[in-house]
Amino acid sequence: MSILKIDEPGRSVLLMGNEAIARGAIEAGVDFCAAYPGTPSSEILESLARVAQDLGLYAEWSTNEMVSLEAAAAASLSGLRAIVAMKQNGLNVCSDFLMTVNLTGTRGGFVLVACDDPTATSSTNEQDSRNFARFADMPLLEPATFQEAKDMTKWAFELSERLRLPCMIRSVSRLSHGRGNVKLGEIPKMRRMARFEGAYVSAMFVPMLHSALHQKLEEAQKEFEESEFNWYVGPEKATLIIITSGSGWFYSREAVKTLGLEDEVGILKLGTTWPLPERFIVHHLKHTPQVLIVEEIDPFLEQNIKVLLAEEAKSLGAIDVYGAKSGHLPSVGSINQDKVAGALASIKGLEYRPRDEEYARRAMELALSYLPPRMLTFCAGCPHRASLWAIKAALKLDGRNGFVTGDIGCYSLGVGPGGYWQLKTLHCMGAGLGLATGFGQLKQFAFDQPVIAVAGDSTFFHACIPALINARFNNSNVLLVVLDNGGTAMTGFQPHPGSGTDALGRPAPVVEIEEVCQAIGVEVWVRDPFDLDESIEDLYEMLQRDGVKVMVFRRRCSLIEAREKERQKVFVRPEKCIGDDCGCARFCSRVFNCPGIIWDAEAGKAKIDEVVCTGCGVCVALCPQGAIVVEGG
Amino acid sequence: MALEKDPLNLIITGVGGQGNVLASQVVAWAAIREGLYVTVGETYGASQRGGAVMSHLRLSAESQYSAWIPEGQADIVVGLEPVEALRVIAEFGNPKTRVIVNPRPIYPIGVLSGEAKYPPVEEILGKLGELVDRVEVVEATEAGETVLVANMVMVGALAGSGLVPITIASFEEAIAEIIAPKDLQSNLQAFKKGMEAITKG
Repeated sequence: MSILKIDEPGRSVLLMGNEAIARGAIEAGVDFCAAYPGTPSSEILESLARVAQDLGLYAEWSTNEMVSLEAAAAASLSGLRAIVAMKQNGLNVCSDFLMTVNLTGTRGGFVLVACDDPTATSSTNEQDSRNFARFADMPLLEPATFQEAKDMTKWAFELSERLRLPCMIRSVSRLSHGRGNVKLGEIPKMRRMARFEGAYVSAMFVPMLHSALHQKLEEAQKEFEESEFNWYVGPEKATLIIITSGSGWFYSREAVKTLGLEDEVGILKLGTTWPLPERFIVHHLKHTPQVLIVEEIDPFLEQNIKVLLAEEAKSLGAIDVYGAKSGHLPSVGSINQDKVAGALASIKGLEYRPRDEEYARRAMELALSYLPPRMLTFCAGCPHRASLWAIKAALKLDGRNGFVTGDIGCYSLGVGPGGYWQLKTLHCMGAGLGLATGFGQLKQFAFDQPVIAVAGDSTFFHACIPALINARFNNSNVLLVVLDNGGTAMTGFQPHPGSGTDALGRPAPVVEIEEVCQAIGVEVWVRDPFDLDESIEDLYEMLQRDGVKVMVFRRRCSLIEAREKERQKVFVRPEKCIGDDCGCARFCSRVFNCPGIIWDAEAGKAKIDEVVCTGCGVCVALCPQGAIVVEGG
Repeated sequence: MALEKDPLNLIITGVGGQGNVLASQVVAWAAIREGLYVTVGETYGASQRGGAVMSHLRLSAESQYSAWIPEGQADIVVGLEPVEALRVIAEFGNPKTRVIVNPRPIYPIGVLSGEAKYPPVEEILGKLGELVDRVEVVEATEAGETVLVANMVMVGALAGSGLVPITIASFEEAIAEIIAPKDLQSNLQAFKKGMEAITKG
C-alpha cells in the first residue's frame, strides 16, 4: 500500500520531501493535481497519481507546465483545491499565465510547487524560483524539514483560499529528493463539488486588480508575522544571528553545534519568505550587531533583508550583514554544513577544520590523480547511443560540417563522450528545433552546413510543435530527429500524449508524432535506430534534400524493456574475437563505448559485463568478426 | 535509545543501476522501526546513467539532520563498487571510518575508451586500508541468486557487521515492506548471504 494513503494520524513514517509535499496536499483535501515531469519535482505528481483513484482525486501529466497551471487554475476557479508542481524551468514556461492569474485571483486553494536544482545536477540552469514569487506578487513558503514540507503544503491551501491568490512553495533538490521522518495527519473524507460561478475572472482594469493584489500581499504579510513556520533558537542576546530558510536550517544548526557556538549565535529560521515577516524579523534583530544570511542559490533573503534593515536603520542601528555579497557564502551551487561552518568561523575569527589537514590533503589527492573519473553516459542498451551514432555517421558521410542542436532529456548527454560529442547546443525545452529553424534560414548568408535538431518524444509534445510549424511556414532547411523511446525517460518514464497510458496507468488515446508532423505538412520517416545501416543511409538521404524533414527514431527505453522482459544473455565468442589483431581498434568497447562491453586485458578480447548489459543486442551487428552473439538468437 | 555516536553517518555508494537508492531505503526504513530520526540524501540526476551515486544516511536519537554529511564525517561507508568506495572516502572518510566493500569493478566509459586507467582492485583495497580503520570485503556480486541483488547482499553485510543500531528483524521487515513480492525471496536470501559473509564487530 502506498504510504501516502495511510490514515493513521500521529504515525511517523519515512517520506521523500516530494512525497511529504504530496501528503500535505492530500491532508488539505486536494482535488485536482497537474504537472509536467522535471527533476527534482516529478515525484510529487507521481505520488498523487498513485493514490488518485482510491482517494477520488484527479491527477494528470500535462503536456507542459503552462497547460498544467491553466488546467489547475480552472479547478481552483470552480472552487476545488488544486496543486501544480514543476522544476524551476517550468516557471518560465508557465509565467505568461502566472503573471495574469495572480491579478484575476483564484477561488479554491491553489498551490504552485517549484523545485529548484542548486548545482544544476539535472538541469541546464540554476534559476532561483523565489524571484518569481516576488515578481508575481505571490506569497512564498520555503519548507526546511520533511515535516514542514507536508505541514506547509497543507497550510498553503488554506492561505491561498483566504487570499484568493495562488501560493508558491519553493523546495530544493536536497529536500525534494531527501527522505526523513514525517508524522502523519488526518486525511479528510469530504469531497468538494465543482462549479464555475460566472464570476468576473479577466485581467482587465489592470491597475485596479494590481492594487487589489498588493492588498492581498499585505494580508499575507500580516499572517506571516504570526506564522508557526518562523522561529528563533538561540540566546536572548546573540552576538550573531543567522537568518536562514529552506535547506539552510539544518546546515546552520549543525554548523553552530560543530563550532560550539550555541551560547552566542542564534538562528532565525524563516518559512514565509515573501513578503517577509518584517516585524518578526526586526523584533529578533534588536540586540545583535551581526547577521549571517544562509540560503541556497540567489541572495534573495539577503537583498530583501538589507532593504528592511535600511528602512529600520534608525531603530536597529548599524548591523553588519554577511552572506553572498560579503563573499562568505556562494550564490551559485548547493550549500552544506561545511560552507556554513566555514563562513561562521571566518566571521568569528575561528578555524573550522573538519578533519586533519594532512589526511584531507592525502585523501583528496587520491581522488584527483588516482581514481578514474566516471562520466555520465547512456545506459547499456540505450537507443540514444545508436541514434547518435547514426547521426554522427550520416553527418560524416555528408561532409559539409553539419551539426546537431540539442534539447532536454536523456539525450542531452550527447554533449559528452557517451553521445560522441554530437550535440553542439543545449538550452531549454524546445530550443533545439527553434535554433535549428534559424540556422536553416541562413542560406542567403552563405551558410551551407546542414543542421539536425534532436528532441525526445515528450519534448516534441511539450515544446516543438510551434517551432515545427514555424519551420514549415517559413520554409526552413532543417532535419528534426525525434528520439522516441516511449515516455519521459529522463525523469522516470512518465507517460505523455504518445504513450497510450495516462498518469494513473489507464489506457489513453495516442497522439502519434508522425500524424502531427503530417498534419503540419512535413515529410516524416520512422526507423528503428538499431537498424544502424538503414538509419545512417536514410538520414544521409534526408540531409541531401531542402525543406523541413522529420525522422522518428523509435525504440523503447532499455530500462523499461529490461523491467518488462526477460533479459537476453549476450556474450562474446572467445574463438571468434581476435582482439587487437582484428584491426577494429576494439570498436565495440572503445569506440561504440557501451558500458556493457568491457575489455578483458588478460585474454586480450572483448567481454560482456553481465552486471551492466541489458541484453539489447545492438552490438551484435557492429562486430566485424560476428563474435558477439545473443544466446539462442 | 541513545546512540554511541550521534548522529551516526553512513554512506552507501556505487554506480547508477546498482540499486543504491533501494539499499538506502531499506536501511532508513529499518532505522525508523527502531524509533530513530533518519535523513537520507540522494544524488538522483546521475542515478541511472552510469554515474557515481551516493546515499547519505544520518541516524540520530535526538533530532533530524541535513541530507548531506559534512567533509570527513562518514562513520561507515558501504561501497557497492571499489573505486566509488575510495572516491567517497577521499571526501568523507577519516581514520576511524569503517568500510564494507564489494570488490567487483564497473568500468567507467573513459576506461573502456582508453582515456583513463582503472587501478588494480587489490591496490584500491590497499589504499582504502591506509585511510580508514577497517575494510571488510564482501563478494556481493557473486553471492546472490542473480547479480541484481548484490545491493541486498551488502545491506545484509551491514546488518551483520553490527555497526548500525538496527536489529536484524527490523531489517527484514523493512525489506518485506519495500521490495515487490515477486522479488522478495531472492532479496531476503541475498540479505542472509551478506550477513553470513561478514564478521561482527
